[in-house]
Amino acid sequence: MIFLRRQVPLLITLITGIVFAAQYYVPHPASEQMLTSVTKWLQIIGGFALVLGVSSLFHVHAVKIRRKEAGWGYSFVLYVGMLGTIAVGFWTNGKEAIDGTMTAFGWIYNFMMVPLQGTMFAILAFFIASAAYRSFRARSREAAVLLIAAVIVMMGRVPLGEYLIPISGDLSQWILNVLNASVRRAILIGVSLGTVALSIKIIFGKERSYLGGGKE
Amino acid sequence: MKRETLDVKRRGGQVLVAALLLLVAGLGQSWLPVFAQTDIQTKTPLAPPQDVRVFDTPSDGGGSLTVIWSPASYDSAAAKYQILFSEGTTAPDPAAMKVVAEFPANQRYVRESKWPWWTRPATGEQHQFTLKSGKGIELKNGNSYSITVAAVLNDDRVIAAPVQAMPEPNWINWNQMNNLILALLFGGIVFYAIGTARKREIFLRRIPGLDAVDEAIGRATELGKPILYLTGAHDMSDPSTIAAAVILGRVAKRTAAYETDLLVPHRDPITMAVCQEITKQAYLEAGKPDLYKDDSNFFITSDQFSYTAAVDGIMLRKKPAANFFMGHYFAEALLLTETGASTGAIQIAGTDSDHQLPFFVTTCDYTLIGEELYAASAYLSREPVQVGTLRGQDIGKALILCVLGVGTILATLGVMLDAQWPKLFLDFFRDVK
Repeated sequence: MIFLRRQVPLLITLITGIVFAAQYYVPHPASEQMLTSVTKWLQIIGGFALVLGVSSLFHVHAVKIRRKEAGWGYSFVLYVGMLGTIAVGFWTNGKEAIDGTMTAFGWIYNFMMVPLQGTMFAILAFFIASAAYRSFRARSREAAVLLIAAVIVMMGRVPLGEYLIPISGDLSQWILNVLNASVRRAILIGVSLGTVALSIKIIFGKERSYLGGGKE
Repeated sequence: MKRETLDVKRRGGQVLVAALLLLVAGLGQSWLPVFAQTDIQTKTPLAPPQDVRVFDTPSDGGGSLTVIWSPASYDSAAAKYQILFSEGTTAPDPAAMKVVAEFPANQRYVRESKWPWWTRPATGEQHQFTLKSGKGIELKNGNSYSITVAAVLNDDRVIAAPVQAMPEPNWINWNQMNNLILALLFGGIVFYAIGTARKREIFLRRIPGLDAVDEAIGRATELGKPILYLTGAHDMSDPSTIAAAVILGRVAKRTAAYETDLLVPHRDPITMAVCQEITKQAYLEAGKPDLYKDDSNFFITSDQFSYTAAVDGIMLRKKPAANFFMGHYFAEALLLTETGASTGAIQIAGTDSDHQLPFFVTTCDYTLIGEELYAASAYLSREPVQVGTLRGQDIGKALILCVLGVGTILATLGVMLDAQWPKLFLDFFRDVK
């Protein structure tokens, strides 16, 4: 049992890890074809895994409705929305439009999903304002530096700001191209090394906690 | 008055001299190119391009041929080179061949190509052109094609003898060998550092965000509220998600010990399944298997904003005492953390998405920046393998920093001394990177 739960996954990880790391250095079409096939396999496995996810979702919300937990009404809405969309999807054969006419499935997507997603995204503007307000209060030296930099960049990025303070355009470009870019690159170098190190550990079985922890 | 007259005279003389100079300069400007062209036309007879070589482009997936030829004395913006193409194995009439590319004769040198120095098929001053499928031609692997180069100057056109070549796919990309060698070198450093860490203790600097993990879990325990843990937007194929899952194991162990509820909503079912196993194992190791709930890890949706809305709802309804945001995030980052901040929860973020870092820094109490996300596992466990990997990363960073420093000094010296020799080293660094 331990062999199936530990050794086999580690062996698969080792072989596939080395094969796909090597694939990067092989330009032959056969190598590209292998990558494409495996990517398709991953998508298929992902599709099956969705069943796992949906069953988890149904289970969690069924328990909420049964126990009448706080906000159980939302769980009910979720059930109605999900089952309704699945039913309509089957009815219209998963098509959003037939002969140029929008189907009920297309209507759900275009007039419910898209506006709701747009609304969530639009809220971001208000959240940015409130987060900026809290962060830019010059309570410490670091916050003051952040405030000054942010004001300069904001002034430099809008036509009115550059009109009022002409130097703000060049200054904001300098902040973005020199200070900001160099720090971002430093972070990216660290992230890349961290990613490579983690990958090496996983491929060679030094990092096993993703299999379910434990040292055996 | 006299003085003024003299000044006027002097000024008049100066104006005359300036006007003459301008005239000479203007005439020179307008006539120079004509002289130059005449010079090429009269002194340099147009000869067919020499040493034309056509071969399969090395280190590629096929469907491409490379043409190399020697520079000529007439190479200038006024002259042009044409690449001529013909299908089939029979020797074609060069005049009837199809023109597939035309460019000024002072362009397309080997030194301008993307080939690193160890795979360059010719010296830097040679001309090169890489022919690929598209723009009216199709190069099929295993088929033979005739290629040649024509030189054009005004109405004159001379063509070199056609050369036959066949595109073939290659099994090794030698252009990326630098990458492989650096990866192997880095891997070696990591394994060496792991070996060292097993023999002696390695110092780890404090990471306040990770020190606060215990504080956050303790606070949740005191308040009797749950802990919310998010693993990011990516699936298990992303290293940041794996790092988030590894940290989840450590956090789950503490929540099990403190008997605090853990909520882990997911965007990916496979990540959910993996995290369920990790959480179960953590509760087992903490000696509290009976407290483990399968429902602590649950799937919401793969859709970005639907997931965000659902997690925001959980934050507002259940009011978790601590929120962990580990992994990779996109636009949802601020929507999640700002809602969490409004509920008064202690928030710890760890991400490698540099574009979302400012949002995490402004809205969370502690933020693990970039590589700290990968260091978290080592910091929390203090296992030699993990700590050794960290040391390996540090050595790698030190090497990169040294190269950056040397490169900066060389580039500065090159500009200050107007010297060419630093460029040799800088080109070397560019190719090796």
